[in-house]
Amino acid sequence: MEFSFLGIGILSWITFLPIVGMVIVLMMPKDQRDAIRWASLTITALQVVLAFILWQNFDKGLAGINTISGMQFVEKASWIDIKSVAWFGRVHIEYLVGIDGLSVTMVMLTALISFVATISSWNIEKSVKGYFALFLLLDTGMMGVFVSLDFFLFYVFWEVMLLPMYFLIGVWGGPRREYAAIKFFLYTLFGSVLMLLAMIALYFSVNVYIDANGSILSVAQAMAQGTEGLEKIYTFNILAMMDPGNFAPDSLLAGVNTAWRYIAYVGLFVGFAIKIPSFPFHTWLPDAHVEAPTPISVILAGVLLKMGTYGLLRISFPIFPDAMHHYAWGLALLGVISMVYGALVAMAQTDFKKLIAYSSVSHMGVVTLGMASMNTQGMTGAVFQMFNHGTITAMLFLIVGVIYDRAHTRGLNDFGGLMNQMPKYSAIMVVAFFAALGLPGLSGFVSEAFSLIGAFQTFQTLTIIAAITIVLTAGYMLWTLQRVFLGSIPEKWKNLTDVNNRELIMLVPLAVIVIFLGIYPSPVLDLMNSSMNHLAGLVQEASTAAMLGVR
Amino acid sequence: MAHELIPYALFLPLLGFLINGMFGRRLKSEALIGGIGSATVGIGFLIAGWTFVEMLSLAPEERTFIVPVIDWITAGNLSVNISYQADQLSILMMLIVTGVGFLIHIYSIGYMHGDPGIGRFFAYLNLFIFAMLNLILADNFLLMFLGWEGVGLCSYLLIGFWYDRKFEKGTTGDAAKKAFIVNRIGDFGFLIAMFLIFMTFGSLSFQAVFAQASAFPAGSVVITWITIALFLGATGKSAQIPLFVWLPDAMAGPTPVSALIHAATMVTAGIYMIARCSVLFALAPTTMMIVAVVGAATAFFAATIGLVQNDIKKVLAYSTVSQLGYMFLALGVGAFTAGLFHLMTHAFFKALLFLGSGSVIHAMHEEQDIQNMGGLRKYMPITSFTFIIGTIAISGIPPLSGFFSKDEILWKTFSGGHIGLWIIGAVAAVLTAFYMTRLTILTFHGEKRWGEGKHPHESPKTMTYPLIVLAILSVIGGAVGWPAALGGNNALEHWLEPILERANNEMHLIAPGHDPMEYALMAFSVGIAVAGMFLGYTMYLKKKEMPAKLATSWPRLYRTLLNKWYVDQIYEASVVSPIQVGSEKVLWKGVDVGVIDWTVNAIARLFGFISKYARMAQTGVPETYVFVFIVGVVTIIGFLALK
Repeated sequence: MEFSFLGIGILSWITFLPIVGMVIVLMMPKDQRDAIRWASLTITALQVVLAFILWQNFDKGLAGINTISGMQFVEKASWIDIKSVAWFGRVHIEYLVGIDGLSVTMVMLTALISFVATISSWNIEKSVKGYFALFLLLDTGMMGVFVSLDFFLFYVFWEVMLLPMYFLIGVWGGPRREYAAIKFFLYTLFGSVLMLLAMIALYFSVNVYIDANGSILSVAQAMAQGTEGLEKIYTFNILAMMDPGNFAPDSLLAGVNTAWRYIAYVGLFVGFAIKIPSFPFHTWLPDAHVEAPTPISVILAGVLLKMGTYGLLRISFPIFPDAMHHYAWGLALLGVISMVYGALVAMAQTDFKKLIAYSSVSHMGVVTLGMASMNTQGMTGAVFQMFNHGTITAMLFLIVGVIYDRAHTRGLNDFGGLMNQMPKYSAIMVVAFFAALGLPGLSGFVSEAFSLIGAFQTFQTLTIIAAITIVLTAGYMLWTLQRVFLGSIPEKWKNLTDVNNRELIMLVPLAVIVIFLGIYPSPVLDLMNSSMNHLAGLVQEASTAAMLGVR
Repeated sequence: MAHELIPYALFLPLLGFLINGMFGRRLKSEALIGGIGSATVGIGFLIAGWTFVEMLSLAPEERTFIVPVIDWITAGNLSVNISYQADQLSILMMLIVTGVGFLIHIYSIGYMHGDPGIGRFFAYLNLFIFAMLNLILADNFLLMFLGWEGVGLCSYLLIGFWYDRKFEKGTTGDAAKKAFIVNRIGDFGFLIAMFLIFMTFGSLSFQAVFAQASAFPAGSVVITWITIALFLGATGKSAQIPLFVWLPDAMAGPTPVSALIHAATMVTAGIYMIARCSVLFALAPTTMMIVAVVGAATAFFAATIGLVQNDIKKVLAYSTVSQLGYMFLALGVGAFTAGLFHLMTHAFFKALLFLGSGSVIHAMHEEQDIQNMGGLRKYMPITSFTFIIGTIAISGIPPLSGFFSKDEILWKTFSGGHIGLWIIGAVAAVLTAFYMTRLTILTFHGEKRWGEGKHPHESPKTMTYPLIVLAILSVIGGAVGWPAALGGNNALEHWLEPILERANNEMHLIAPGHDPMEYALMAFSVGIAVAGMFLGYTMYLKKKEMPAKLATSWPRLYRTLLNKWYVDQIYEASVVSPIQVGSEKVLWKGVDVGVIDWTVNAIARLFGFISKYARMAQTGVPETYVFVFIVGVVTIIGFLALK
């Protein structure tokens, strides 16, 4: 690959740059707070630059998903290779990273949100060094999840992310931070365990051949060229798992529509659903958001929640298309419940952050519903909604942070009439709120409309129920807007200052993206189009075949 | 050629929005702010006019232009472009929107004089023009929806423009929020319609959809559902039963806004949309019946409320709802041209009336209660004279414009065999003439009922000139639809024919002929209008004790009308409160905290509980460990030995 520096590929750079940053930060004296902040900002800014390079050089025509040749910026190395282990045979785990239309948008989103969150971390004063070290570690974990093409690697990054998050909430959070942090941790860990079990089951079900050079061949390829000089091994390669031909005939997860496949799918699903979070696995989210410091809320909502839906699209759907098809209606139902329920519960909130947290549940329900549709419009809409929810909700949490920094309260009923007091702030908030309620011309609309148009082709009644959320969302969003901005201003807030330049630097780029992608979404949609087409085709084809009972 | 300039007619107001929105606070000159705002719309009007002239030079079937701008969204087999369609129908709307819009922008320079938010005001107004033009010029449903929701946003921003003011029992913020949310219920319908359309036709472009529609038989189930969903959208935007409740509250905004958005243009979006989709609606007789019945019912219902209101803008608001009902009645009976004709004349005279009321409110220092007015004729002659013209026009007295359009609707309803609807329409016409006369008399005639503190005066020229122009249009506007029965050529009908032809054929309307019945009904229309006006004249100028007497004779009816049939209260009790209470008490505190989170925490506690006892085994006393160890070893050995 031409995109390498010092012999290391661009994806490794973008993933491990924060680790480098973490080491640098750890070596700095802890009273050099500003230097630490600037070092972290530089690292995340470099990440944005790398993401930009990726975007510019990304080949929109390649579909990826289940073919390694369709993946871009691929890097591959033998990571763990133990020739002979009792019972296992040869253990060969690869460091395999690459991106396609599904992950490129998530990589861009992660870089962007990490950068913005770093700016937002500027006024963290409590042990700055520790904070930024953990923050950068978290950044690596997130990026790693989105570039991994090997399940083992994916799982490692998934867990790497968990620890810094626990401490970032548990140490730098609000009054009930410890409760929130442990809740977040246990919830996610529970999901991870299920994912681990499914992963191991998959590992022992999927065979590939490896030649003397360490190249991996699928069973079909090996049969074609003869198995002379090849060694049969188990694999964690996600792409190999998508090929039904690689499943050993008598293995646990072989076949279609078997009970074990359904169990493995459900196990994986619960692991991912907790992250999304989908009803009824969502109750960690309001607590985590309320207690987390602003930048961590931004990361949480902006990137972490996407991992659940990303996992479904990257792993669950293409590996278990038969089970996905079997449970599609249930998936859609959970999406719709999340949408409606999240919106209604959001309406009841008086804490600004809790309200946004429940609105996230509702908006991520759109993603779940869209991807359950199994068609291109729905899946494209879902992935675009992941991106848009990332930017919009990041804005919303930053907005809460701005007001909280000044007023030290998040009670919606404490405010009023800020429109004139903070005009720039109000303008940005109006953009964010209307984007969140899906106003056409802003990015949220395009993705929601496409998710729903796609979903409607498959689930008419459910989608009609889901569409009621556009009224409910308008209800709670406008009510919030009114409680904060309209009416007359209480005497005690007459000294609040408008957003400062630092806050503008983090808010304005997001606002520009939200408006730009609303008017002209093609730059992002085009990235994912061929991948989503391919994925939808793959799922449909495999599920049709599964229904007919052929392999 | 001219039509290629159409995108500029949209982008200039957008530019005006950006300039006034970003720099409005720094631009010190009101004339500059207002000038930018007005000029962008004025140029839009010139472009519309030029395109219209270009169309005139072409054969009727060549008058459709598609002006593509960019590819907007593509996903799978769905691809939507930003491209504008100028044809006979959209150019008519464009002329109305930019023309009336321009006059109201000019008027606003005078009306908003001295308001610190004037930059923001013109920014919103320009954004509205941009959104509205997207709505009417879109060549596909998705872009139309962008405009559709965009005008809703502007409406929201402008109703809440004076965001720190009180309005009735709440604040302007309440009114703004209500407008947007009620509209969203309609938008829900529009959205569902789009889903169905894409699923049925595989496209969202008007031309593709309408071309394929012919393959469907009349009464087809899917077309019926599409049109019903679209009509739900129309009831929201155009304030019909059951979603009309937001429009009267929308009067919390500045009066030019009421004139432009909540009378002349935005609220007619539903009419335009149905006319645009006439091909689909004509294939759905069930929907057409619903449209007609809802329209007639709204026309009557809103008029009854208008009879007793005392807020000058409220009366006009209910009048707008009622007149929009007429337009839907026309559409529902298949008289698309008549509906659009009334849309046009109504835009003239209702904008005139609202601006006139604004002039009065301006002069009376924000007083809106007509019981505290009277005798203003002497103080503001131009406002008074133009307002009376508006009243005569809306009442349906020939040869002013309102007569022609309203009469055509009633005649088409009657000749279509909908006698019941015709009777409702005729009664509503009497009521209209009555309440408008009442409004005019209480405001401008009789003795003055205002205190010494007020010094009413005629408004500045920026306000009176638009009034005069609109008054002239209200007088002569009917000429474009001068019926054949009166020796006219019904130019509007011929102009729109290429667009509506297919729908008209489907509806099998009676060809325009010289039915003697038409003359009889025309005379009858004039008769009832005069009767209504005469009744108003008698009750409020001659026998002034009559209204109070009537109110005391039928106290329950009077209170019901005064409280607008308690519709707001019914909605509050049946929809709003249950959602609010249910979401807090049941869903959040009940399900979320009480069940789901409780279960999660209970599982956590269960483990805590188990470990509390399990850890008792770890006593930390070496003797115990040794004892247990020996017992274990002995047991195992014994087990192996016995085996």
